[in-house]
Amino acid sequence: MVVGGGIAGIQASLDLADLGYLVYLVENLPAIGGTMAQLDKTFPTLDCAM
Amino acid sequence: MSPKLVESGRHPNIKIISNAEVKSIDGEAGHFRATVLKRPKYVDEDLCNACGSCVEYCPVDMPDYYNENLANLKSLYIPYPQAVPASFVIDPNTCLFVIKNECRQCEQACKELNAINLNQPEELIELEVGSVILTPGFDEFDAKRKKNYGYGEYGNVVTSIEFERILSASGPFKGEITRPTDGAHPKSIAFFQCVGSRDKATNSYCSSVCCTYAIKEAIIAKEHEPELDITIFYMDIRTMGKGFESFYLRAKNDYGIRFVKTRIPEIERSLETENLVLNYVTEDGSHVTEEVDMVVLSVGMEPSKTSNALSKIMGIQLNPSGFCSTHEFSPTSTSREGIFVAGAFQAPKDIPESVMQATGSVSLVSGLLSDSRGTLVETKELEPEKDISEEKPKIGVFVCHCGINIAGVADVTRLKEYSEKLDDVVYVEESLYACSKDSQEKIKQTIIDNGLNRVVLAACTPRTLEPLFQDTIREAGLNRSLFEMANIRDHCTWVHAQEPEKATEKSEDLIRMGVAKARLLSPMKEELIQVNSKALVVGGGLSGMTSALSLAEQGFECWLVEKENELGGNLKTLHYTLNKNNPQKLLEEIKEKLLNHPLVTVYTSAQVDAISGYIGNFETDITAGGQNMHISHGVIIVATGAKEYQPEEYLHGKHDAVMTQKKLGERIAAGTLEPGALNDVVMIQCVGSRTEERPYCSRICCGVAMKNALKIKEVNPKANVYVLYKDIRTYGFTEEYYTQARKEGVIFIRYDDDNLPVVSENIGEENSELQVKVFDPLLGEHILIKPTLLALSAAIIPGENEVISRLMKVPLNSEGFFQEAHVKLRPVDFSTDGIYVCGLAHSPKTIEESISQAHAAAARAAIPLSRGYVRAEPIVSSVDEEKCFGCGICEYLCPYGSIKVVETASGERAQTITASCKGCGICSAKCPRQAISMGRFSDEQILTQIVAFAKG
Repeated sequence: MVVGGGIAGIQASLDLADLGYLVYLVENLPAIGGTMAQLDKTFPTLDCAM
Repeated sequence: MSPKLVESGRHPNIKIISNAEVKSIDGEAGHFRATVLKRPKYVDEDLCNACGSCVEYCPVDMPDYYNENLANLKSLYIPYPQAVPASFVIDPNTCLFVIKNECRQCEQACKELNAINLNQPEELIELEVGSVILTPGFDEFDAKRKKNYGYGEYGNVVTSIEFERILSASGPFKGEITRPTDGAHPKSIAFFQCVGSRDKATNSYCSSVCCTYAIKEAIIAKEHEPELDITIFYMDIRTMGKGFESFYLRAKNDYGIRFVKTRIPEIERSLETENLVLNYVTEDGSHVTEEVDMVVLSVGMEPSKTSNALSKIMGIQLNPSGFCSTHEFSPTSTSREGIFVAGAFQAPKDIPESVMQATGSVSLVSGLLSDSRGTLVETKELEPEKDISEEKPKIGVFVCHCGINIAGVADVTRLKEYSEKLDDVVYVEESLYACSKDSQEKIKQTIIDNGLNRVVLAACTPRTLEPLFQDTIREAGLNRSLFEMANIRDHCTWVHAQEPEKATEKSEDLIRMGVAKARLLSPMKEELIQVNSKALVVGGGLSGMTSALSLAEQGFECWLVEKENELGGNLKTLHYTLNKNNPQKLLEEIKEKLLNHPLVTVYTSAQVDAISGYIGNFETDITAGGQNMHISHGVIIVATGAKEYQPEEYLHGKHDAVMTQKKLGERIAAGTLEPGALNDVVMIQCVGSRTEERPYCSRICCGVAMKNALKIKEVNPKANVYVLYKDIRTYGFTEEYYTQARKEGVIFIRYDDDNLPVVSENIGEENSELQVKVFDPLLGEHILIKPTLLALSAAIIPGENEVISRLMKVPLNSEGFFQEAHVKLRPVDFSTDGIYVCGLAHSPKTIEESISQAHAAAARAAIPLSRGYVRAEPIVSSVDEEKCFGCGICEYLCPYGSIKVVETASGERAQTITASCKGCGICSAKCPRQAISMGRFSDEQILTQIVAFAKG
């Protein structure tokens, strides 16, 4: 079980799932994404955060 | 991050439980029982397909939290355009039905799908889990607590996260930089750093990310409006991350962003203009008043409001600042066995560190639960594929309405009739939502009933839905490659919403082109490549040892190759940490575990001579203790470390009292230097770092200086310790030690590049006296110190990375450290599959960060090892050996090392390594003989599409 669906929780869930574990990803809000989903671009490459 | 969101939503092994919270957890590591409360969304996630038809019927507006309440949305909403799960939700605090049993208009709007369920109850879900990873994130500091800044009262004072939304093209002002009070474009903006960080009244720690995001926001704002005046008011600029320092320099030198070192006590507002008046004192003591149009408060990170409750439910300890308590040498383990932590809940940190830590925690879970790996996951058994080689094309076209997204603009009935007339099209159908579950079933049955052998879907984007439809046609017995999409939504009805007639015509074009290509599609084989389940770890320092041990604990055999005759690397020279932990104990423990682990073979005095192969199948020659050996393995972890710069400046190597910080630590530990005898100590920071030759920050030296300064002060409180610095970069909780050092009387003097300290010696009869002359900007004059010892905080410089880079064909950055696949999202992968990086070879970092990254590399490497195979997508390149003449341009250009010129019976020819080819098409585009074609995107297919377009 991963508690929190921001970038850390998403990454942990994907890696666990790819390793062959069944993962429950529990998120408090209606959608996963966390703070990173609110960012416009990321430092230092100015890639779109989405 | 959008691809990660989509992948999480679609991964068969991930069950997302959103709008939910953990209520209790019992049991122990390996056997926990958790209860999760899922609050009602009033919309059935499985039925809702996010068409949005319901929204216009919702009469209630409420603040849009995703846009930091700078805009409104309806009470029935989708959190943000790329949200996963991609379904609507009803806000229980504002919905008229939920609060007073009225309205219900949305139910009517969703009659067809019937996805809205206003009587949906809350759900208690019981889960049996082996382990837990906590990643609840952080809360932004509530700027209202800094009353002097008037946030909430002065309309043009915004927080950094609000400004992030203001800058965003999908934000409340569509990316126009706008003042909230009057909608005008500001001409000047001031950023205030350390709001809610490094502040006795609120949070004493450093939030680690605000300097970098403020610089980022300032640069983006300048790119939007080059005339903008931007000033960043700061205490220290902390751009210690990989690649960050050069960006800071660009902000200053290329974008003309002004940096002023001061902390502004308060903001006044001009009532007339709503402008903001700042009064401050500069470093040289001058008083300045200036007026700006807008202020951005760079708010820090705080533990989330729910973290207290969470810690009680989970039975874990928090540190005094309210973050999850962890040990320096096991940064992802909480105080309860089987419960791990990652991301900002452990300490304030940025995206790459959060990603590394998250992946790092996975290797610990995987070590704990290695016996049950693969036992709960579902694999679908599929019927064999139908042989269509003798059949002529029988194409089915499905035209999706996508609710009103397509049908509201284009004339779908006309598109259906049009498609029926196209060559080889034998069946056409409209669908309200092709992606809904019942439509999928219907499409499957239609393929079987009508003997279709190619499918064209005219709908949305292949980016998100192609894999879903490919699965559907595969279930109907067709090869996945016999599928083509015509994007008549994103590329057509969305962008031509005002021109329905033209949009319909363009949709016809797109469908005609799709059908023309579909006629040429042929089945393609998905290759499964076996993976050798052994690993090679190069480098036996802390990172290499940690990742090798982690792989072994997950059940994989590995070789560890170390060039020295002993394991340990830089860790051998470290004797105490800032947190007063003992690195030598760590070294002994890990060495013992490693040397006694049956799955690990350690070669010391060893080196890698040659490597060939690709993911799953590497062949490597090594020399160990003078003997040559050959090993076969599936993955490689590069952990070759780095070394301390040996300064040539400041009389280092010429005067006995001048030494590096590392040497100082070693000599104190060995007892060859008595801190009691050190009366005056000078430490110079950034020796060899942040220079023209080496522009990067070495990240750890400020912490090391605090460590040694406090050590000397501890033994000899009367010692005068002077630290000469450019910026003090004690990020995160290390800030507390900086505060402590100041409290204990360590003197900090800032210098800059125009005024470097000058070290000289005054040679007397018996000994020679050291002299350090430095300009003190607070006093406004030069001061002279005669230290008994001069410690230089020397840079961390790359080791012999070039050799490894050449052998493995993995890239280095301009600073000589290894370049990962993606700075933010893939911090331990190389773009070449099957090779991973960690530790100082990647960039300067602390012991704690090295351990996290080493665990992360082990987790990533374990993925192909545990699966036992890698699946090669059929969109890879293939070489026509008749046409190829072995020039090697493709091999030179391939970013993934996935095409090689080899000797064949007919001479030198290029050959694709299917296992690692990403299908990018660079080789195909550049081949002078047009000998390389891409699966599903052959020249013939693309040309046919173009011809079909022209015929319209």
